[in-house]
Parts: sequence; structure tokens; C-alpha cells
Amino acid sequence: MSRHDISLTVNGTEHELTVEPRTLLVDALREDLGYTGANVGCDTGRCGACTVRVDGDAIKSCTTFAVQTDGASVETVEGLADDGDLDSLQAQFQENHGLQCGYCTPGMLMTADTFLQDAEDPSRDEIREAIEGNLCRCTGYHNIVDAIEDTAGLAGQSQ
Amino acid sequence: MSDSENPTAEDVFGSAVERQEDVPLLKGEAQFTDDVSLPGMTHLAVRRSDHAHARIVGIDTSSAEAMEDVVAVFTGQDVEDSGVPNAIPTAWDLPNLVQPQYKMLATDKVRHEGDGVAAVVAESPRVARDALERIEIEYEQLDHVTEPSEAVDRDVPPVHAEAEDNVAFDFELGDAEAVDDAFAEADHTASVDLRLPRIIPNAMETRAAVADYESTTEELRIWMTSQNPHLHRMLMSAATLGIPENRLQVIAPEVGGGFGSKIYHYPDEAVTAWSSMQLDRPVKWQATRTESYQTDCHGRDHETTAEVAMDDDGTVRGLRVETHAGIGAHLSQFGSATPSYLYATVLSGQYTIPAIHARVVGAFTNTTPVDAYRGAGRAEGIYVIERAMDVAARELDMDPVEFKKRNLVPAEEFPYESAAALVYDSGEYERGMDTALDHIDYEALREEQEELREEGRYIGIGVANFVESAGLSPSEAAGNLGSQAGGWESSIVRFDSTGTVTVLAGTADQGQGHRTTYAQIAAEELGVPLEDIEVVEGDTDRIPQGMGTYGSRSASVGGGSIARGAREVREKARRIAAHQLEASVDDIEFDDGEFHVAGAPDRSMHIQGIAHEAYLGHDLPEGMDPGLEVTDFYDPENFTFPFGTHVAVVEVDQDTGDIDIRKYVAVDDCGEIINPLIVDGQVHGGIAQGIGAALFEGASYDEEGHLETRRMDEYAVPHSTQLPDFETDNTVTPSPHNPLGVKGVGESATIAATPTIVAAVSDALQPFDIDHLDIPITPETVWRATGGND
Repeated sequence: MSRHDISLTVNGTEHELTVEPRTLLVDALREDLGYTGANVGCDTGRCGACTVRVDGDAIKSCTTFAVQTDGASVETVEGLADDGDLDSLQAQFQENHGLQCGYCTPGMLMTADTFLQDAEDPSRDEIREAIEGNLCRCTGYHNIVDAIEDTAGLAGQSQ
Repeated sequence: MSDSENPTAEDVFGSAVERQEDVPLLKGEAQFTDDVSLPGMTHLAVRRSDHAHARIVGIDTSSAEAMEDVVAVFTGQDVEDSGVPNAIPTAWDLPNLVQPQYKMLATDKVRHEGDGVAAVVAESPRVARDALERIEIEYEQLDHVTEPSEAVDRDVPPVHAEAEDNVAFDFELGDAEAVDDAFAEADHTASVDLRLPRIIPNAMETRAAVADYESTTEELRIWMTSQNPHLHRMLMSAATLGIPENRLQVIAPEVGGGFGSKIYHYPDEAVTAWSSMQLDRPVKWQATRTESYQTDCHGRDHETTAEVAMDDDGTVRGLRVETHAGIGAHLSQFGSATPSYLYATVLSGQYTIPAIHARVVGAFTNTTPVDAYRGAGRAEGIYVIERAMDVAARELDMDPVEFKKRNLVPAEEFPYESAAALVYDSGEYERGMDTALDHIDYEALREEQEELREEGRYIGIGVANFVESAGLSPSEAAGNLGSQAGGWESSIVRFDSTGTVTVLAGTADQGQGHRTTYAQIAAEELGVPLEDIEVVEGDTDRIPQGMGTYGSRSASVGGGSIARGAREVREKARRIAAHQLEASVDDIEFDDGEFHVAGAPDRSMHIQGIAHEAYLGHDLPEGMDPGLEVTDFYDPENFTFPFGTHVAVVEVDQDTGDIDIRKYVAVDDCGEIINPLIVDGQVHGGIAQGIGAALFEGASYDEEGHLETRRMDEYAVPHSTQLPDFETDNTVTPSPHNPLGVKGVGESATIAATPTIVAAVSDALQPFDIDHLDIPITPETVWRATGGND
């Protein structure tokens, strides 16, 4: 099988790697580069546990080939914390008990973080729509919606 | 959240403490099984049956073996030839239970689509999966059956030769004669047929295992997605692999949800471990989502007829229940217990029903094994009694709330012995119902309902009461009913010599927050700050014994054990304090970590300082051994009985069949609350799964016996826009026999939510003469039932 040399910038660090054409971005991140935050929950793009940000867009890394992202800037959950401290969204997830088993959390955070970059004072319905592509089996979403709502509220206050 | 910030040790029990486990999970640094990577690790994939039922004529693995980077291909015969015990056992015996051998890989026949036939070990997971397709298997197809009643009534080839009629067990509970008398004497009877479809648990993390065998020491270490690592250790030692228990280490790292599905010993981890033993290399296996759907034990699968006898005044006289329960192609560990004792014993619900009889026929079918899924047995039982009560109220033309209230077990009747063989420990059922109804204006809603019906709009109010038998203990009682496992839980509470505390717990977390709640218990009992307490779970080499996490047992049984151990540690510390302060033990008072002499508060020692003294051993009371730790085995004297009332208000759109949940109220009584944040979280998630079963979820098989719901876009796990905000509230009725007064909350809301929603939808559709609709009540179900586009 042919191999391709690609470069990825992950959370600001540049990596060179060699992948098969069929290597998924999530596998390149997890297996080749050691970013194990993004998880594989469904292999079909439904659950969103593998969500990462590629050039600013939240995408499902289990339905993206690594070669498609050659040269891209990738952000994963590992890049959210600020110098080791939880960022505002992560802190709100903890405060509102927005996670239980935590398996969906990395993807949920990346989707919510991307949503909050453009959303000002979102309604609960808008938040629910924003995270519709990320499944959580533990929380029933209520506290996740609370966490995202509170993060938006804090951002609004600080502006 | 102001009340969650640094509570003192004294008021930490009951506080909304933020979870200790969150930070690594939020940063993506937590280690799940799939994150484990070992030098020289190989990857295993399982070739599963293509058929629901077929005889294996031949297997040719040569083409797969010839592939580059394939390390080995194993068949069921290879496992058999290795001489390991190779028999996944049941953990619950019933009279005349048929127990066919459940092998790690099939040899003679495949009995459902997910049965493993061969395994490939390769240098990468992709090569292992590619090689599966090169294995050639010749089958002789057999007729198959997927519905439980058909399996025992229709002339089909048996799933197992040992059960010609496909009956795994025929179970009865209660007094059939008393029920016949009640029905003969009662003024009215009502009846309802109920189909509870298969639920796929859908833990977000699929099952996985990483096995590492060291041939030089003959030791096996296995990381796996387990709700009960000690049970897995025991079963792999005694039943499948035959490796001595003291050379087997099972580690459950972070586990991404379980809901029952990770209790059981499956063939996959046994094959993974066995392969590592053959190859002397680390082996990793992780299920794809489709494999997970095909092989994780499903829940429910009941076909039931329930009949109620009642008098004119609304007094229930008797309940008769007949159930066919599918247990799938193999008997999983609690596949016999879940539809028998865990089910029939709660059929009395919250009500005084003088005569109850239940018969359950457990049927082998060519389907994924069925076992405990969140609510296990209790969810099915409460669904039956609540639907039956709603239909009975309708028969009497009585308001369902009034009818249910009339039949509640009164608060003064506790402990209450039901006609279904349980003794409920404590309860205030009417208070629970009233508290839930306080969240809505019931009378106003009934008026609104009348008005809206005039406009062709249909709202419905559903009120469901539940009681749950939780804890799966005590051991002796469970043993008398057939359990092959203990009902106790074990812990070690240890002061380290520098004054920090290590709590080793035999339960195993999959998101419940044990590290936080257990630390709160230890902090409360020992007067030590939370940050000085480390809770350890999920490693059989660190925690000597345990039973695990299932049946809503961790807080009550596991937490109870920690409380007992901590109290014993505290009393030893008190004796050391008395000795060193030169006072009588009876004069030593304990307050927030400090021991002091009564009336002389300046003569004091802190418990963390005493820990140091205990390990120094220089100045201990005569005859006292050094050290400050206690190993506890807590075997409760009864189950605990969480209860509550849930209320839903829905609006059903007749044109589209859409169901809008306008309001959802959950009032749960789980006894004393250790952490309200976590209790709410458990309730939220439980409601979500209960609503899922009511409106969206259900696995199905096609005519060939293939699972139709194979992927997450084919099986409807509820997503964020399908669920409402939840309103939660609690009453607190402590368990009188639990050391903490705790009852447990893990399964409660899942049990309550399904009948609540179905009651609400049925209530909305009363004008269409609909008493009951089977779940999941999809828009199509509603649309057809209300006359389609007539």
C-alpha cells in the first residue's frame, strides 16, 4: 500500500508523519502522534466523540482521512487548557457536572468551543442544536447545556 | 457554585462537591483501555458469524495466515485443543435451568450473528480486520428464531440441543391460587399486553481489552472495560482460561459508560488474553460499534400479559403476570436472574396488592444474549405494574392519580412485606407523589387538556410511581435464590504514615463519580480534608477483593463498607489518642478530625498526627498492633428500596405523530444524599435512557435473523434536541439498615421514565380510545394508531 508524507500542526506543534491513504485523522492523532484525547465511539461519524478542529472548523476525525488534512492546523481537546489550567468551558463542565464517564467529553468540548466562538448569548435551544451531532449516553445533556450557557454568559459579562 | 467551594470536612457529606475525577477527563489526559499501548503490542479482530443459526462445516484460515503482518489465526478448535476450561458460566442458578456450554469461540454451530468463529492477531488493527475477510467458512444454514414466544411455541430447531423446546427456565413467583380467588371475587378486571423491545446499552466507549502475558513468570495482566474487575478475574481464572487467580491482574482504567453491558465476562476478552498466552506478546482488541451492537448484552426483550383485579372503590385485589423473556443465544451471567428474581419481585410496585402471581418463561433465541441493562428486571417489572395500574384506572373510569394514591403502601406499614416476596425497608410513597405533583398544577392541566381537545390538540399527563430493589445483597438471601456470587462489598480504609488517606474500593466506576462520593464519606467519618484522600478503584492488584458496580449498589454497599471501615479506623485512633493524652477512651471526644479530652479542649491530637504515631509504634496502648488501616467486608442485611414519582406532560401532534415533552419532573428518594450534584446527574442520565426506551430506541432483527440496527445512525440513541430540560427534586427517607442511610440512585430514573412517558402519551390519546401503545412510541406509531391520514 502506498504511503504519504504529510505535515500536521497540532495544537501549535508541527509534526511530520507518513500515513497510508486510508489512515483516518483520528488514528493518525491517536496512534501516530499520541493525542489520545479524541475518542472513537461509532466509526460512522454519528457520535462525535472524535470531534477535533481543523483550520477552525469542528469536524469528525473518524470520517476524515489524514491525507486530506495535510498542511492543516488541527486543534484537539489537549490544546484547550491554558498552561495546565482548565479554560472557561472546561471549568463550567466541571462546575455543572456536565460529564460523567467522560468518553464523549473531548468531542463535546471541541464542538461547544467552536460554537461559542461565534454565538453570542445563545438560547438553550440553540445550544441543543449546536451539540446535536455529539452523543452523550450519561448526562441526558441538561448539565452540558447548562455548562455551555454559563460559559457564554461569563464571556458576555467580560466583554 | 458557592456551596461547592472547600466545604470543611464536617459538612462535606451532602455537599455539591465538584468531581475529583473531572480534570484529566476534561483535558483529554484520562486513560481508557484503548489508550493503553504496550511495546510489541499486536491487535486482535474477531470473525463473527454471518448467520443467525448455522452449522459450521469447515473453516479455512490459510489465506488469512499467509497475509503480511498477520501473526496468527485461531479457531474455536485451537482454543479447545489448548485444554483451557473454555466455558463462560452463568452466575445465577434457577430450578431446572438449562446451562449449555458457552465457548470462547464457536466450534459446532453459530447461534447468533455475533458469535465469534475465529480470531486474527496482526501487527496492526487494520491488517487484522482485513484478514478477517480472507477466512473462509462453510456453513449449513439452519432455521432460526428471534422472538421469545415463537422460540418456545413454534416448531423450530433448538438453539441448544440441551433445550429441545428452547426453554431455558420456567419460573414462577407468588401464589397462583390466591390470585385466582382474587380475580373470581373482584368487581372488575383489566388486562394489557406489553412488548418491551431489546435495548442496546450504548456505552459511548465500546468494549475493549489489552492482555499482556509474561511467560517467564506465568502472569497475565489485562486492562479491560469492566464494571467489576474482581468478578472478571474470578471468571477468567475459574471458567475460561484456568490461570491461577493469584497470577491474574485485571485493571479497569477509565471506563466510558457501562449501564450493565460491562458487567459480563464475554468471549472477547478471554480470546484476547488466551491469544497473548499463546503468542507471549501483548494483544489488544476493541469492538467496532457494529460488533458492540451485535455482542454487548442487550436489555429487556419481554412479551407480557398483565391482568389486574380491582373493586368498585378502586382497591386492587390481585395481579397476574405472564411473560416470555428472550435470553438470547447464550446464557449470560445474570441472564437467568434478570427476568426472574430481579423482575417478578418488584411487580407489587408501590402498592398493597394482596395477591400476586408471575410466570416467566425464559427462551433461547438466535439473538444477542440478553442480560441486565440499567434498571435490569426492575425496569421491566415497574413498567408492567404502572401500565397495568393506568389501564385499570381507565377501566374503572377513575383518575389514575387518585387510583394509584388509593393503593399506595402507607408510610406506617414499613417495613412492608409485599406479596412478591420482598420486604421494603422504608418509604413515604404518598409524600413522594405529592412532592412530584406540587411541581405541576394537576387540576389546571386537566382543565387545559379538556379545552385543547376541543381544538384538536392533545396533551397528556403521565404519573408513574416506582420502587427499586437495589444493592443485590445480602449474600445469604441472594444465595438462597440461586446467586453464585456474593452480595457484599469490600474496601480498605488506610491512613498513610504521613496522615494522608487511601481508600481502596472494590466497586468500579464508569462515570458515577465514586472518587468524589467515597472521598466525601471518608472525609466525613475521619475529619480529613478531601484533598488528603485518594480513592483507588479498578485494579485487582491494588484492591484485594470486590464485587463491582451494578444494581445501584456502589453508594449503599460500597459506600457503606467505606463508612464502616473509616469508623473502625477512627476508633483505633481514638484509643491511641486516649493512651497518649493519658485519658480514658470514654473521655475522648472527636470533632472534625480532632480528638480531645472532654472538658479540656487544649489536650488534643489530630487524627492525621495519630496516623504517624500508629506507624511509628513507639507509644501505643498495650497489646495494640501498629498501623492504621481496616479491611472491611460489608454484607447488608437487606436490599435497599429507592423510590419516587416522575411526572411528564406531553403534547402529541395527531397530524405528524410528534411527541413534545412540555415538562418532565423527577422526584427521587434515594435515602441520604452524599452529593446532590451527582444524584442529579444520575437522575438526568437515567431519565434520558428511560425516555429513549419510551420514544426512540429498540433493536430489531430482519427476516434472516440479521441485526437491522447495526450502526449509531440506525439505532436511535437520544440526541440533545430530542430531550427536554429536567426538573428534579428529592425526598429523603433514609434506609434504616444502611450505615449511611443511603439507598442508591443509579437505576431509579431509567426505571421511572419509561412508564411515565408512556402514561403521558396514552393519556393524551384517550380521545382515540387508546389505552396503551407499545414502545418505542415513534411518530409513525402515533400516526397509525390515531387513524393515519383518515
